[in-house]
Amino acid sequence: MRLKSFQQKSGIKKQEAKVGWLFISPALIGFSIFTYGSIIRSCFYSLTEWDLLTKPAFIGLKNYITVFSDPYFYQYMGNTLFFVVTLVPIVMVVSLLLALLINVHSKLKGVGNIYRTALFLPSITSTVAISMVWLWIFNPDMGLINNFLFSMGFTEVPQWLASTTWSKPALVIMRVWQMSGYYMIMFLAGLQTIPLSLYEASEVDGATKAQQFWSITIPMLSNMFFIVAILLIIEAFNMFESVFIMTSGGPLGSTSTIMYYIYEKAFRYYEMGYASALAWVFFIVILCITLIQYKFRHEQTGE
Amino acid sequence: MHKKVLTKTLYHGFMILISLTMVYPFIWSGISSFKKIEQLYNGNPLSLIPNPFTIENYQRLFEVLPFGRFTLNSMYLSVCIPIAMIAVASLSAYALTRLEFPGRNLIFFAFIATMMIPSHVVLIPNYRTIVDMHLYNTFFALFLTSMFTSSNAFNIFFFRQFFLTIPKDLESAGIIDGCSYFTIFFRIILPNSQPAIATTAILSFRTVWNQFLWPMIVINDYNKMTLTVGLKYLKEWEQNWAVLLSGASLSIIPIVIVFLIFQKQFMSTTLSSGFGGK
Repeated sequence: MRLKSFQQKSGIKKQEAKVGWLFISPALIGFSIFTYGSIIRSCFYSLTEWDLLTKPAFIGLKNYITVFSDPYFYQYMGNTLFFVVTLVPIVMVVSLLLALLINVHSKLKGVGNIYRTALFLPSITSTVAISMVWLWIFNPDMGLINNFLFSMGFTEVPQWLASTTWSKPALVIMRVWQMSGYYMIMFLAGLQTIPLSLYEASEVDGATKAQQFWSITIPMLSNMFFIVAILLIIEAFNMFESVFIMTSGGPLGSTSTIMYYIYEKAFRYYEMGYASALAWVFFIVILCITLIQYKFRHEQTGE
Repeated sequence: MHKKVLTKTLYHGFMILISLTMVYPFIWSGISSFKKIEQLYNGNPLSLIPNPFTIENYQRLFEVLPFGRFTLNSMYLSVCIPIAMIAVASLSAYALTRLEFPGRNLIFFAFIATMMIPSHVVLIPNYRTIVDMHLYNTFFALFLTSMFTSSNAFNIFFFRQFFLTIPKDLESAGIIDGCSYFTIFFRIILPNSQPAIATTAILSFRTVWNQFLWPMIVINDYNKMTLTVGLKYLKEWEQNWAVLLSGASLSIIPIVIVFLIFQKQFMSTTLSSGFGGK
């Protein structure tokens, strides 16, 4: 009797395991082909010279050596880092300010909602379509920005995307405009988790608004800062579509990012091996920065 | 009292200014797409009134490239790809949460780990795989990579988190009645997972609608192209800026409408999107 129930139980277990494997198999097979297999193959391709038409020819670490002696790699890495170190702090500050502004009057249901919707709107639309619009906004002669500057009385106006000095700031302006609303929502959610009693208690103690901001709001948002920083850094590193549509990496490579370089090498010059090596170097760079962030965070919170 | 009114006016004045900055490019490009090219080039660019009003930009747009087709493709894909993604993700997540089998935790970890791999690493091998499978220029190319790369790994993670909150008692009744696991999944688990389905559907909808690099690489047949990729070709083929703006507006309008309808969900998904949403 006991044996029978044991057999039954193990039969059920077996049945359950079978079904489990069955349910998981579509994802497992698919991921094996399009993710795990591809990661391994990308590693292999990075050790070859390959133009898609002929068979990949194994050349060892030569691509990696070339990457580190490639002046374009350094220039474009510089551009990418420029976007990261400008976009990350600016978007963070702007989105936090927007969140604070919205939060001040969180009781304003109707109007507050309209503001919030308006601020969030740019972040849902495709970067490609938005870039087309901004291409025209930045037009030196007929664009909105310069005409606005003309009407304010300026005679010397930036050439924006046509100038090597202004092309990067132009892209930064456009991206800040586009990305801020998204992170605003994250900060807003963070702000709403701060218990009001903290503010009330400090008010009793005679704290000013500024003191409250620096010693309550900012520390209470530290988790959110961390999440936003990680997401933002990854997004800034991966800047591609705006560059593709607005500048094609120009003028004189002043806006080309590593992502754009990988695309160019792979699908314009068909240097698949070299592009794969670039992709891996780039991945390692992003990974290191993310790990440093985690470590920094770990030391800060002592967790 | 007087001071209060002043700060309120200042606040609203400032907020309206910022809101306008955010919305103005949309309004401006929408309106400019009805302007004649002469007005766009010579008239005051800040003017928001098309004079004369014309729809010839749109007529030209549909002549240059099959933008009607692009729109249909974009709509079809951004509805169907999320459905396929959710089907795979929820089924896997169910197995990973409720069914016990050896290696389960290892598999879960393997899915989660893929969220760290940036898409550019798998780009070239996946392109090759698609070509080798003779799926170049087919929608399958777009379906398969969405279903089986990191963004769907995020969905698996997300569904698993959600399933953990569904009480087991709900299923016990089904198990006693002798329902198959698939019936339980389909009849009990899925109907109770509407919030998770809504979140992943919205996130994936947005991702698919705005996707650019991958569809650009694997599709070069105009009949299979999406709006976002179509814009790239429009920019190459057309010099008239009024037409380019009408193309951009056409691709922006549908997602804005969807956003306005599902605003609340869009904003709340921002938070859950975490690492895999973008």
